[in-house]
Amino acid sequence: MRIDLTPRTDRSALMDALSPVLAFAAALVVGGLVVAAMGRSPAAAFVTYFVAPLSEVWSLQEVALKAAPLALIATGLAFCFRANIWNIGAEGQFVVGGLFGGWIGVATHGAAGNTLWVLPLMLVVGTLAGMLYGLIPALLKVRLGVSEILTSLMLVYVAELLLDYMARGPLRDPAGFNFPQSVTFDDAARLPYLMEGDTLHAGVAIALAAIVVATLVLARTLFGFTVRVVGASPRAARFAGFSDARLTLAVFAVSGGAAGLAGIAEVAGKIGQLQPSISPGYGFTAIIVAFLGRLSPAGILVAALVIALTTIGGEGAQIDLKLPLDLTRAFQGLLLALVLGADALSRYRVRLVPGAAA
Amino acid sequence: MAPVAPPGRTEGPTPLFGAYGIVKRFGDFTANDGVDLEIRAGEIHALLGENGAGKSTLMKILYGLLEPTEGVVTHRGDVVRLGNPEAARALGIGMVFQHFSLCENLTVAENIALVMPPALSGGTLKARIGAVGATYGLHLDPDRPVWSLSAGERQRIEIIRCLLQDPKLLILDEPTSVLTPGEAELLFSVLERLRDEGRALLYISHRLDEVRRLCARATILRGGRVVGTCDPRAETARSMAALMVGAQVGEVKPPSGMLAGPERLVLSGLTLAAPGLHGTALGGVSLTVRGGEIVGIVGIAGNGQAELFDALSGEALAPEPGMVRFDGVASGRLGITARRRGGAGFVPEERNGHGAAPTLSLSDNAILSRHATAGLSRFGILRRAAAKALAQAVIGAFDVRKAGPDPAAGTLSGGNLQKYLMGREILAEPGILVVNQPTWGVDALAAAHIRQALLDLAGRGAAVLVISQDLDELFEIAGRIAVLHDGALSPAVPAAETTRETLGLLMGGGEPVPPAPPPAAITPDLAREPTHAH
Repeated sequence: MRIDLTPRTDRSALMDALSPVLAFAAALVVGGLVVAAMGRSPAAAFVTYFVAPLSEVWSLQEVALKAAPLALIATGLAFCFRANIWNIGAEGQFVVGGLFGGWIGVATHGAAGNTLWVLPLMLVVGTLAGMLYGLIPALLKVRLGVSEILTSLMLVYVAELLLDYMARGPLRDPAGFNFPQSVTFDDAARLPYLMEGDTLHAGVAIALAAIVVATLVLARTLFGFTVRVVGASPRAARFAGFSDARLTLAVFAVSGGAAGLAGIAEVAGKIGQLQPSISPGYGFTAIIVAFLGRLSPAGILVAALVIALTTIGGEGAQIDLKLPLDLTRAFQGLLLALVLGADALSRYRVRLVPGAAA
Repeated sequence: MAPVAPPGRTEGPTPLFGAYGIVKRFGDFTANDGVDLEIRAGEIHALLGENGAGKSTLMKILYGLLEPTEGVVTHRGDVVRLGNPEAARALGIGMVFQHFSLCENLTVAENIALVMPPALSGGTLKARIGAVGATYGLHLDPDRPVWSLSAGERQRIEIIRCLLQDPKLLILDEPTSVLTPGEAELLFSVLERLRDEGRALLYISHRLDEVRRLCARATILRGGRVVGTCDPRAETARSMAALMVGAQVGEVKPPSGMLAGPERLVLSGLTLAAPGLHGTALGGVSLTVRGGEIVGIVGIAGNGQAELFDALSGEALAPEPGMVRFDGVASGRLGITARRRGGAGFVPEERNGHGAAPTLSLSDNAILSRHATAGLSRFGILRRAAAKALAQAVIGAFDVRKAGPDPAAGTLSGGNLQKYLMGREILAEPGILVVNQPTWGVDALAAAHIRQALLDLAGRGAAVLVISQDLDELFEIAGRIAVLHDGALSPAVPAAETTRETLGLLMGGGEPVPPAPPPAAITPDLAREPTHAH
């Protein structure tokens, strides 16, 4: 038995648009079966996961706060993935951005005088740190032909351990009773809230702005055109005179910079200090978000909200239904697998060839 | 023109295979619209038509790759259903595709074993390959890896694959498109022999001279319908071409006394390592193309055409700047964008995926090669309106037929996309134009249009270099012709002072093509020289 995938000559635009929706529905069914097998009510789980977080203002704000870093990182990653370049290390670039940007916050703790420059400097340093950290695997690929998938992934662990060391060691709050964390940042080093009394900080606005800018860059600039052509047809891109090496460096700089900015926005926004760990895996989840959003900035916005919703809902499910957090992770992974599968089915016709050699 | 019999059932004995009232629709598009075709044992039947006339669809229906929407296929008068190629092969239908499906790193015998039913792929296979080869003069060493074989030898693998299954009907799709004239002669004698054995052959070709030579009957398709059947030997190539396109094919104006303009494109000792395991190294290629002339480079596929094109376009850089000079500027180390800025234009062989990105729109594909030379990007911002205007200008000037205002390049037919890519470069008025296989797979009308455009461009003072496998085409448009063999280029000689035979010999490496050797000489494993080392 052999399985043949033949490209569909008559691709339906409707099915193209529907395939993520159908994949989401299929994930719900499978997830419901798993919940039922664990002896809980699938209906109650559905309400806890997808309805409850949308019914209160504070949880809606939590969803937006979770979605912002995911959307920002995934938008950067979309440039890489569209060009068939694989930055798997956004988590590390996020951590490095938070660490070096946050360092400014620690160093300026208690500084007197005009401190308006502190926050912008933190954002710039965080972005640059993520960018430079992203350029390491890019340079290794361009100069030495090392697989960027491996190096970018490995550098995640380097970044995490570096942050762990810094938060427990040199940057620890001397007056913090040996807790492994830095001083709490001054107000000048914190992202402002969007509205008085809310938890929404300016990081959400930054993510939205990034999505608008990325949409324009992809559609309207020669750089965006290069990314699209390289992804669609690498040989045609070379014919157009676009250099593979330069593009590899550029998309790693863009995605690393976006992840670094998301990292410092998280540190200066929600957390307000350096801790041994600052990310619940945003950089990895963003890979799911990027593909779930079909690598388009607008789609990524929607996908980030959906994934954030399941994460917040998953926290509720832990409390209300005693369902493990791993179930949420498994659901997110399942969702990605099904979305990719549905895309393949909308592009290819599957034919089973009985009797043929595999 | 001789009278043409009306389509439909003809008198005579029951045909071996018949297809009656075949209709095949893809959505709104009707590829075959009531096609009748009868193939008798012991004949070579030609299937003629332009690109998009429905030949491929009909062929695929006969080989079980497609099922007709309406209509029936008969075998000796009985209606049969060809649901898949296995069913077709079981009825004795074999097919030699235009594009070979061979694994480069496997040997001849392994490639043949891959598609054989398990019962036939055992240890005696090599002996059987040798026996079939001996019978038909298709000599092949079963142990040679495919990557070391020429296109003609690869085709022999495909033919032997079919013959091992003792076909009653053999379908050949454009079989001579990759062959030298000598190799084609060898193929013709094999086909005639198969015919004399009482097998039926369905021969699909653009080359009307071949059809007139080989075939006793031809069915001509246009727009999915049969427009006539005829005896090609009683027709002229022109009259058949007129039937195919439904209009008189305009004769291309011959190159009129080309004036020797200044030297615009000069290659001196261009040497380049092979780009990969299966690539061809260029060995000291020297050539001068003057303004106002078209120089043709002919060669069998895989003799360095792609590598030479890449070195000319700047997609591959030469080791020394001076090896490639454009209008006197040492350009060997310049990238393709810099060469375009210097007034050069390029049209590669592969349309989809090299000359154009198939999923992008035509206006995006205008940006692809003209972003630096047509002001389509300013400070890194695309000027989409200008790109659309340029695309429209090309479409208008080159009569590009398409669906919708700005469709994806991949939705155009081969000929129309080629006209678009030609127009995209020619409207830039390049001083130097390099074209690889300008009319490959393009229908007769579009091909004539493209050749005329090349002649006109040269007439305006440009240096035009055409790389082609089609000798007829080069004799039609080129003032001088050089032969590329194994990465080395022969001196360019005036087209008027050379012959097909001379060039054919050079294409084959300067040695005469051997006649079919006696069977004793081709015992497997022993007769051939050792395989080439990597």
